[in-house]
Amino acid sequence: MARLIEKTPCEALLPVTCGALSLREVVGDRITSVAPFRGQATKLAAALKKLGLSWPEPNSANAKNGASIVWTGRDQAFLIGADPDSLAGHAALTDQSDGWARIRLEGPGAADVLARLVPVDLRGFEPGQALRSQLGHMMMVLTAPAPGAFEIMVFRSMATTAVHELHHAMKAFAARSAV
Amino acid sequence: MRIAGKGLIDRGASVGFRFDGREHVGFAGDTLASALLAGGNRLFGRSFKYHRPRGVMTAGSEEPNALVTVGLGAGAVPNVRATMQEIFPGLEAKSQNRWPSLAFDVMQVNDLMAPFFGAGFYYKTFMWPRAFWERVYEPLIRRAAGLGALSGKHNDEAYEKAFAFCDLLVIGSGPAGLMAALTAARSGADVILAEEDARMGGRLLAEVEEIGGKPAHLWADDVLAELAAMPNVRLMSRTSVTGAYDDGTYGALERVGLHLPKAPAELPRECFWRIVARRAVLATGAHERQIAFPMNDRPGVMTAGAVRAYLNRWGVAGGRRVAIFANNDDAHRTARDLVAAGVEVAALIDTREDAPQPAGYRLIAGGQVTGTRGRLGLREITVATASGEERIEADCLAVSGGWNPALHLTCHMNGRPSWDETLAAFVPKPGMIPGLTACGAAAGVMTTAGALAGGRQAAEAALADLGIEARAIDLPQAENGGARITAFWEVTGAKGRAWLDFANDVTTKDVRLAAQENFRSVEHMKRYTTQGMAPDQGKNSNIAALAVLADATGRGIPETGTTTFRPPYVPVSIAALGAGGQGVGFAPQRFLTSHKASTERGAPMIEAGLWYRPSYFPRPGEKTWRESCDREVMAVREAVGVCDVSTLGKIDIQGKDAARFLDFVYTNTFSTLPVGRVRYGLMLREDGLVLDDGTTARLGENHYLMTTTTAAAGLVMRHLEFVHQAHCPDWDLRMISVTEHWAQFAVAGPKARDLLNSMLLEPLDEAAFPFMGCGEIEIRGVPARLYRISFSGEAGYEIAVPARFGEGLFRDLVARAESMGGAAYGMEALNVLRIEKGFITHAEIHGRTTAFDVGLQGMVSKKKDCIGKGASERPGLSGPEREQLVGLRPVLPAKGFGAGAHLFNKDAKPVSANDQGYVTSVCWSPTLKTHLGLAFLRNGRARQGETVRLVDHLRGTDILCEVVNPVFFDPEGGRARG
Repeated sequence: MARLIEKTPCEALLPVTCGALSLREVVGDRITSVAPFRGQATKLAAALKKLGLSWPEPNSANAKNGASIVWTGRDQAFLIGADPDSLAGHAALTDQSDGWARIRLEGPGAADVLARLVPVDLRGFEPGQALRSQLGHMMMVLTAPAPGAFEIMVFRSMATTAVHELHHAMKAFAARSAV
Repeated sequence: MRIAGKGLIDRGASVGFRFDGREHVGFAGDTLASALLAGGNRLFGRSFKYHRPRGVMTAGSEEPNALVTVGLGAGAVPNVRATMQEIFPGLEAKSQNRWPSLAFDVMQVNDLMAPFFGAGFYYKTFMWPRAFWERVYEPLIRRAAGLGALSGKHNDEAYEKAFAFCDLLVIGSGPAGLMAALTAARSGADVILAEEDARMGGRLLAEVEEIGGKPAHLWADDVLAELAAMPNVRLMSRTSVTGAYDDGTYGALERVGLHLPKAPAELPRECFWRIVARRAVLATGAHERQIAFPMNDRPGVMTAGAVRAYLNRWGVAGGRRVAIFANNDDAHRTARDLVAAGVEVAALIDTREDAPQPAGYRLIAGGQVTGTRGRLGLREITVATASGEERIEADCLAVSGGWNPALHLTCHMNGRPSWDETLAAFVPKPGMIPGLTACGAAAGVMTTAGALAGGRQAAEAALADLGIEARAIDLPQAENGGARITAFWEVTGAKGRAWLDFANDVTTKDVRLAAQENFRSVEHMKRYTTQGMAPDQGKNSNIAALAVLADATGRGIPETGTTTFRPPYVPVSIAALGAGGQGVGFAPQRFLTSHKASTERGAPMIEAGLWYRPSYFPRPGEKTWRESCDREVMAVREAVGVCDVSTLGKIDIQGKDAARFLDFVYTNTFSTLPVGRVRYGLMLREDGLVLDDGTTARLGENHYLMTTTTAAAGLVMRHLEFVHQAHCPDWDLRMISVTEHWAQFAVAGPKARDLLNSMLLEPLDEAAFPFMGCGEIEIRGVPARLYRISFSGEAGYEIAVPARFGEGLFRDLVARAESMGGAAYGMEALNVLRIEKGFITHAEIHGRTTAFDVGLQGMVSKKKDCIGKGASERPGLSGPEREQLVGLRPVLPAKGFGAGAHLFNKDAKPVSANDQGYVTSVCWSPTLKTHLGLAFLRNGRARQGETVRLVDHLRGTDILCEVVNPVFFDPEGGRARG
């Protein structure tokens, strides 16, 4: 039997561009929630070190060789783009790969676009930082994959609303810039 | 009337616009007010109550009279202050509160009735008959009185909300604001400079004076050019800061597209900003106030500062022959500027005997204006002096009763200003808003030199707080003359009404009447007279009104106090506050992976929280939802049905203490559940009432997957986090929602197993998947989780795959089901199936029911404690007096009824005193060919077999029902076990 068809969260929604601003979907990476078990912090740190990563402090993220680990909450981080098997036993590992729409916003004015939807001070927000906040009324994980670029993670089921609201803000920003 | 060579407008760019249907022409840089005044128009609108002709009085956002409607159709904006609206080609503006025309308004008859329309008239007049108030009097009064009206049409124009952050927010761009911004910006702080005018510069644009040896507006331009070039400065013109809130948060309204012709659809008309500033400087200047003298409301009566502003900024003379009435030195500048510009000054009437000696105009020292004439505009004033009365011809009267610091924002957190006797004005006290410092005229410093120094000082103090070293900055040379004033509020002893609040038509007589009727507190007076409650929020009238009240009650002004200034500082459109919230923008939409496949089948969606779930899947020929629903139910009972159940909450719980934790949060035991098995669980709140129910699977020794109801998914997650963090933080336990990761489908019915087997490489092993079993399988090349659980009462499974495969799996499952005589089923069929089985949902566990009430008291384990157990054992939460879950069958099966109907004893009168219970869920059961209901009935379990009366007063139902076991269908449960 043929394998079931796969669909990404933002299929048919992205990419969109607006002037020099672009919004596209980030796909493919495995996402695992990592939540250290009691007394396992040292062992977990050692296991992460082998992946080139370290346990992220609140509001931070680190990356190496295409793998990254992003703080996402109290005693919780998302391992993205890496096999989590070596962490087994040290932390609760939960597959989150299909639960999130990952959307990358970049271009001049990207921060101004987010200022329409995100109630957080993004001055100086740069790679290595991670935020849990809101995108409109949706809860969100925000990172900076590159200077001036933002990656927004929202619930998969909310992808349509997230893309619509971001695109709306992009268009409004472009219209303002043209005045 | 334009004055040649005056003003900061662009005379090379003429702009055509329409007011009340007539063509007008102004210049780029004009406001609607300045352009109309330039054309000799003095009449702008009709007053609120008496429909008196009114003209423009000010040159700023505090304008009480010149309110107009801008635009046409759904996008028309009422109550726009003509003083703030920039003209643009094609602008359409209309006057308000008049019919049929501005010059001839039928309702001006109200003015003749004025003796009857004093403060509180409708409280006293429209008393009888009582029923007339809502139907007759109120609509009449509302039609007779008022401002502009909304179009009543849906407006889908773009509005916007946004957030901004800075080290220093400077509010106002006059000399104080510019100096504060420059000081902070040069020192490297992130600065936002907000100015409500289209052009920055504040009062410097309106005065003839020099700063640093050059005209003040050019100095302002130089500073603004420097600021604009700095990356750490954001200049926000057309932005009114509307409120001061906690933690340095300020609301601000920006006019983005309201001044532009043919703006693109995406361009917001307005943006509501939330600005979070570490420190703020208030440099909002001051508002000039009127003096209350008889008939002081005619078009042509303006503030002296406004007359100066129209002359100096817009090159417009307020009249051909201008008189001035004042109690202070500042108003003499108006006379000097007018004379210098060649405008005739009839006289300056100064209430003070010791007024400064004039150069080039006539002074009447110690005089008072005691009356005015002119039906649609000022023609003549009457002046009284010690030597007698004199009539002076004038078409403009510039009035100054002094200046009130625009300190409103400082009061937004309940601070009270203090009275300054020298200024005859309230001034802010330090610290009224944490982190905000007032300076310049807003702080009562009324000279330009003082404003520049105050702005620098306020910025330096803010920088010191922020740990930023202030760069030294020189103060330029500027005007430093004192502005002497002798308080003078009201001309008394002359005949005629003297207006205080022009926008709400409140006179000195109304305030005295309020005091006489014992509304002596300033807050009571305000509400009794409506003084200060118009769109200008009393900016033009508060101080004079309380001065009159102070006089009437024999108290001083400080003892009388002010009313409370509240946000917003200027009117804010709801469209801006609610930007993005129109229609579906109100809340995020959550779509299932099967959404597209369902809508392709024509399924109407029903909202379940934020989720959109298919209601039913209509087939050709089916005319009502019931037909589709009945078919779907029978497909499940007789063949196989497929339903997307991904919306149920799924919580992954891991750790050595996971089992112990589940025993603690569930009433029943999960530590004894074998790996690979599923158990139904019931959860209580701490108060002992039911929180939620659902199944939990044991995936491994220390690994569980809990499911919750759709409605309570977030609630249960929060509850679990609370219990963990508050009651057992040391337990080794981790949990995370996996609702979004898995797409999960119920496959239910006698042919469910055949359907699944058709998609598997090897048939399902019955031993591995007994009833309430779970495990991992591979389906069409994809790893999946399979749970043998049933919410329909049929043999069934729920199969979960990673969400990326959800749509593909749903389409395949439905296609296969249909080929086997089955169907996709929606929420309606799901509901019927569960009612037939007596399964509860949040219609039953609605927050006021206990485990006992729903018949699940046996699930509260006696062997262990759990959250809510102790509380559930309180007296009154169980026993025969409780309303208990029962089934209802109408005696005549075809008689339907609705949820919410109430139950009564068969022979009792259906009144609330006899109430025995209520219906929670109803359906037509195609399986049993009867209507069914679930209900809570007092002592219900003991009353099975009894006939009760069901009455629905709203829907007019009154039928008899038999009380039965709530499990209507297959009570032994043999079908689900297969």
